[in-house]
Amino acid sequence: MSSLDLVGPQLAVLVAAAVVLLVDSLAPQQRRVEPFIALAGLAASAIWTLTWVLRDDYQLAFGGTLALDEFAVFFYFLFVGITATVVLASVDWVNREGRGHGEYYALVLVVCSGLMFLSASRDLITIFLSLELSSIPQYILAGWGKDKKSSEAGLKYLLLGAVASSLLLYGMALLYGATGTTLLDDIAAAIQADGDAHRSLLVLAMVLLIAGFGFKMAVVPFQMWVPDVYQGAPTPVSAFLSVGSKAAGFAIVLRIFFEAFEADFLSDDWSMIFAVLAAVSMTIGNLAAIVQTDIKRMLGYSSIAQAGNFMVGLAAISVTGEEFTLGASAVLLFVAAYAFTNLGAFVAVIAISQRIGSDQIRDYAGMWKRSPFLAVALAFCLVSLTGIPPTAGFWAKMYVFNAGIRADLGWLVIIGVLNSVISAYYYLGVARQMFVGEPAAQERVRTSPTIGLSLGVATLGVLVFGILPMPLISVAQDAAEIFARQ
Amino acid sequence: MDIELSVLLFLPAVAGVLCGLLPQSQERNAKWIALAGSLAALGLSIWLFLQFENDGGFQFVEKREWVDIGAFNLQYYLGVDGLSMPLVILTTFLTVASVLVSFSIETRQRLYFSMLMILSTSVLGVFMALDFMLFFLFWELELFPMFLLIAIYGSGRKEYSATKFVLYTVAGSAFMLVAILVLAFEAGTFDIVELGQSNLTNAIIPLGWVFLLLFIGFAVKLPVVPLHTWLPDAHGDAPTAVSVMLAGVLLKMGGYGILRMCVTILPEQADDYGIWFAGIGAASILYGAFVTLRQTDLKRLIAYSSVSHMGIVLLGVGALGKTSMMGATYQMIAHGVVTGMLFVSVGLLYDRTHTREIARLGGLARQMPLIATGLVFAGFASLGLPALAGFIAEVTVFLGSFQKYEWAVLVAIWGVLLSAGYILWMLQRVTFGPVKTEWNELKDQRHWWEHSVTAGLAALIILLGVYPAMMMDMIGPAIDPIVERLEV
Repeated sequence: MSSLDLVGPQLAVLVAAAVVLLVDSLAPQQRRVEPFIALAGLAASAIWTLTWVLRDDYQLAFGGTLALDEFAVFFYFLFVGITATVVLASVDWVNREGRGHGEYYALVLVVCSGLMFLSASRDLITIFLSLELSSIPQYILAGWGKDKKSSEAGLKYLLLGAVASSLLLYGMALLYGATGTTLLDDIAAAIQADGDAHRSLLVLAMVLLIAGFGFKMAVVPFQMWVPDVYQGAPTPVSAFLSVGSKAAGFAIVLRIFFEAFEADFLSDDWSMIFAVLAAVSMTIGNLAAIVQTDIKRMLGYSSIAQAGNFMVGLAAISVTGEEFTLGASAVLLFVAAYAFTNLGAFVAVIAISQRIGSDQIRDYAGMWKRSPFLAVALAFCLVSLTGIPPTAGFWAKMYVFNAGIRADLGWLVIIGVLNSVISAYYYLGVARQMFVGEPAAQERVRTSPTIGLSLGVATLGVLVFGILPMPLISVAQDAAEIFARQ
Repeated sequence: MDIELSVLLFLPAVAGVLCGLLPQSQERNAKWIALAGSLAALGLSIWLFLQFENDGGFQFVEKREWVDIGAFNLQYYLGVDGLSMPLVILTTFLTVASVLVSFSIETRQRLYFSMLMILSTSVLGVFMALDFMLFFLFWELELFPMFLLIAIYGSGRKEYSATKFVLYTVAGSAFMLVAILVLAFEAGTFDIVELGQSNLTNAIIPLGWVFLLLFIGFAVKLPVVPLHTWLPDAHGDAPTAVSVMLAGVLLKMGGYGILRMCVTILPEQADDYGIWFAGIGAASILYGAFVTLRQTDLKRLIAYSSVSHMGIVLLGVGALGKTSMMGATYQMIAHGVVTGMLFVSVGLLYDRTHTREIARLGGLARQMPLIATGLVFAGFASLGLPALAGFIAEVTVFLGSFQKYEWAVLVAIWGVLLSAGYILWMLQRVTFGPVKTEWNELKDQRHWWEHSVTAGLAALIILLGVYPAMMMDMIGPAIDPIVERLEV
């Protein structure tokens, strides 16, 4: 029972996936309940995780390969929330597509379980397995649509993902070669003991790991796939990719670089790598986003720029002392705020695109008159992405910049601030179209209950945490505390 | 703990939300709700004004924990002193005025009035906030209503102007945010009162840079040449009420910020850069005045004259003397009322003629005597006629700055002479001269709301002109601590 308890949250999700598949094949006329089964599984998973929190039952499991700590719990909740929103936002699209209902929801749930495993992994092998568990279904989902673009997206994602995985694996192999172990704790100990002897090998391993995870996090220069895949993949899947796999990438990078590479002699190296990647990602992502006419491509490039913001937090981590956890909690806060916000934006895009049959920003003109709710919600999420108060995005940005300033990265913060201004131009450009432009048609854009619910929850989250950010900040800080304890 | 300020702060916002929630069939009642809310806020602020004791400290203070974890220690902290109280009352007064001049708005009234009211709350928040992050929050909040008000209800290239306004402000405030974080990191607090008493000597970036970053944020808003180009566009394309708010109170956020933040928190750097303030101020005065002379559009003319008049504020602040800074504060208030009235008069004209081209107007004093009287009166106040509000302010600034920056004042005087030129020339072309028959059919100002706005503004201009002590007695004690810090 005890080891079942340890994987309970993932198990609940996977059981739901199996039930969905069974319903699909045994009682196809009952298909309409499938998303609700998925939601029930996710709810069970969240409740299971909650019992750990209530019992204060944090532990290392399976010989130290899984860490069920505050950090993992933070991401469990985040991934369950993200997946639930994606499921709700998919209902309309899947019904309209009219095929493979069960498979779709099952794959989404499998991705969720993979992401959850990933955030708890403390061993290179577990990390790689859970990464693949979450990635392979995503390749399928990206190619789920019937059109050519979606197939292209799926194939592109698969090929580049395979390259990234092999880079990652190579990096892990080097790391294993240098330290003789796959467990992050032992790697840290080995580096402490005689890391200087293998310094060049370790740095090479580190670079390969960053390249492999950089693909997941979608930061420059590993971002090439992003705009094409986001544009081609079905919009709910793009939403999932833009928050789920990105958040997981950051989770595992935090875990590896905190736990394995904590030795002082390496930290300066990776801090500088992250700082440069952050600056480049922000700038390239934002500049490219300005010229986009397709809202999904625009959100793709904006997600690259946002990943640059996360990385400011990563770069700030290297500083020891009181600030040590500040950078980590900044990343967590940003991940959570970004997840709410970007999901909200994508759900609004799903709702609008389905009705008007276009992803072109110019077709969003006058959306305010056609659907005030969607226009206000989308504009609000875009404002949050820009980082203007009173939104969750503002606090996240401010917290990250604060961490950067405390870590003596003033130059990076100034680049980040300038980038916020650039991003205001294209984010608010969409808002301007919606509120000021003349509508192409007078027909109202209606919102289905499921979309309305997911969008309402996401937007409300952005607003509530925008006015009272305390709870979110303290949770992020608790989760980051685990690194200080070691 | 006092809650008056919170009530005052959120009164307009509550009225705004109520406007927004009205059912479609009740659309026409939005303006009444907005009027009731803004009148209540005006009444409350007058009551606070009468309660105010001129002892130099912050009053009606309200302080609550807001975000308090580790590196962050933010408070919901409100209070007013002699510097902000006059600006608060100016805001509530001009809010009533802008609601009244908007009574003729016909389209999408609910959104319009709710945005106007939220704008009022955000400006009040800027003047009342004593926590730097709260200040910043309100500073940014003002963008949404302004963007929508200009972009939806404006005229001409309204989208371009609205976007330009937002981008300039966002760019400026981005720099400000960096400076705020650096200051808070050094001093360990976001508390403006504490920051204003701290003696910072160094930070992770040189304090001179911090000062400049803050200054850029405020200078965009003031605006200062060469960061002023958004202003004529925004004014030219904004609806009347928005111009009134923009010129009347939004620009003052910049001047207030420079006095309250730049000079008070970093007095040493202010001393270093004071001469630049005076120089840029004088340049703004002169450049603004010259450009004003060339304008052919009434609203752009007033907008450029604002650039010139705000240069006087910067000059007064730059001289860093008690008299000059009191004059600068007084100039902010006087300019708010006077320019508010100018924009109201032009708005009334535009409602009827639907043109702001000076060349197409002329001889209107015969066809619309009341509006023409209002315009002439406001024009005289703007050029600094004694016994009207603008005169006192300009004289105080010049007297206070003359000893320190003789040359800057000598340059600035030319700007004042030019202002007499452009105002009188404008009046001559618009209200006097041969009557144009195409305007024969037009009605003069005749609604009660039009009468009450112009009468109220005119009365205030006279009051400020003949009884400056009403405000000066309040401003003086608030300037004292700033001067003390400068002298150390």
